[in-house]
Amino acid sequence: MKIAVCVKQVPDTWAEKRLLPEDATLDRESADGVMNELDEYAVEEALKLVEAAGGEVVVVTMGPERAAETVRKALSMGADSGIHIVDPGLHGSDAIATSAVLAQALEGRGFDLVVFGSESTDARMSVVPAMVAERLGWAQLTFAQRVAVDGGEITIDRVTETGFATVTAALPAVVSVVEKINEPRYPSFKGIMAAKKKPVESLSIAEVGVDPASVGAAAAWSAVADFAARPPKAAGVVVTDEGDGGVRLATFLSEQKFI
Amino acid sequence: MGDVLVLVDVVDGSIRKSTLELLTLARRLGTPVAVWVGGGCDDSAVATLGEHGASAVLVADVSADHPVAPVADALAAAVAATSPVAVLVPSTADGKEAAARLALKIGAGIITDAVDVAADGDRIVATQSVFGGSTVVHSTVTHGIPVITVRGNSIAPEAATTACERRDLPVTLAPSSTLARVTGRTVAAKGGRPELTEAAIVVSGGRGVGSADGFAVIEALADSLGAAVGASRAATDAGWYPHQYQVGQTGKTVSPQLYIANGISGAIQHRAGMQTSKTIVVVNKDPEAPIFELADYGVVGDLFTVVPQLTDVIAKKAD
Repeated sequence: MKIAVCVKQVPDTWAEKRLLPEDATLDRESADGVMNELDEYAVEEALKLVEAAGGEVVVVTMGPERAAETVRKALSMGADSGIHIVDPGLHGSDAIATSAVLAQALEGRGFDLVVFGSESTDARMSVVPAMVAERLGWAQLTFAQRVAVDGGEITIDRVTETGFATVTAALPAVVSVVEKINEPRYPSFKGIMAAKKKPVESLSIAEVGVDPASVGAAAAWSAVADFAARPPKAAGVVVTDEGDGGVRLATFLSEQKFI
Repeated sequence: MGDVLVLVDVVDGSIRKSTLELLTLARRLGTPVAVWVGGGCDDSAVATLGEHGASAVLVADVSADHPVAPVADALAAAVAATSPVAVLVPSTADGKEAAARLALKIGAGIITDAVDVAADGDRIVATQSVFGGSTVVHSTVTHGIPVITVRGNSIAPEAATTACERRDLPVTLAPSSTLARVTGRTVAAKGGRPELTEAAIVVSGGRGVGSADGFAVIEALADSLGAAVGASRAATDAGWYPHQYQVGQTGKTVSPQLYIANGISGAIQHRAGMQTSKTIVVVNKDPEAPIFELADYGVVGDLFTVVPQLTDVIAKKAD
């Protein structure tokens, strides 16, 4: 089984994020770049599937030069090789263009399965896996809390508003995973050393085969008109409990007509 | 004014409040037309949609055996039938994915997680609250019919009684839409509490709750208020409360009228999921906890004495 895992480098989950005044894109320089947390679960799940059934895991990312660190992280966890789509023309691409680039890069490489994290912690749109499935014309099995592959068939438990739905399809398929699916491994020292020797293919927009005029900020189908920091909240009242904290809280809630 | 399509969100046979919120927003942009995907659109459902301004409901009676993709096919058919000025979809996991596929099908830009939409001349401006509510962004779709997903609890639904006509919407499913098949559904025990992202009041517990048993005091307060229960990442990672109740950057985003944070320090991870709540109440032992910066009212104290006392007062008030 040949599995692609799509990962994204994002600003550290615990860092404050901001938009750049000049082009309203995310400031990726001022915080440490890390692998999007949910993508670690995607890498882990792909590795587990291959450990059970044999095959290879290819990590795929689209992002600036430093996103190579994130490819390397996935390789140190155990992925076999990497594809890094890197091109200045990609800066400011929307989800529509991102999904087009990824689908084009994935197509024709013999993948049985493409695995994503269900959402990135920066844009939080949660739409790219569905878009890639739509573009490839493959089965979409997203928001998986469990994945099982049996021969040419894949079954997942998809998280729903009321519980979960068991969904099945023939391969190839596009999967996204939620964080309760597994516990991602930490790269071992041996893994980190081995990762340095693993092949990473670097592709430009032209090499992927996408029209450069269809990607980047200028080609985006949505645009930021303006943005501003949320006005700071007026300071509230903080009291120290002296045995009547609950009663005082009740008085506040009553004044605010909640009770 | 043109039509504005609104995808109806139905859970357990009933129309969710988010649908009525979307119809209310749609009236600012044009004439709301509801799109119902699946069975169960009876007279009372049509009446409810009409009471909130829908001039018509287009019913696409497609099978529920295939997740998400057929909803996008139905929305695309509705777009072809009405040439709307915008499509509004609830910002649920399913809604966002259906909107994503629709955007590709009709060649349109997409904006997700809007908290407001407004007409500005001939363009539609969506407001988003990003990075855990720290930044407010106004965005427009610059290509095609705007596809916008809207977060629950962004606006109070308003009635606007309208004659609502039920029309059948023929839909041809794309070949790839039936590749994935639902073979079973498992409903998690709900315990009668409101759904987290729809609830007017959310009571949450974090690291300070200390154990799974500790959540009993959180649940008791929630039940006294008719609230939903939430949990921080620290509490769900520790296994004290199920993952689906996690509020935060890697969990759900809530924006209730009242959010009560108990034993939660307020790391960015958690704030990202609740910062836009209208009123925020905090109970925490540590006076230095960053969550107090968000509090409209905060109590520095032990949640195991403060919270039960509050629950008692509310219970006595209710008697």
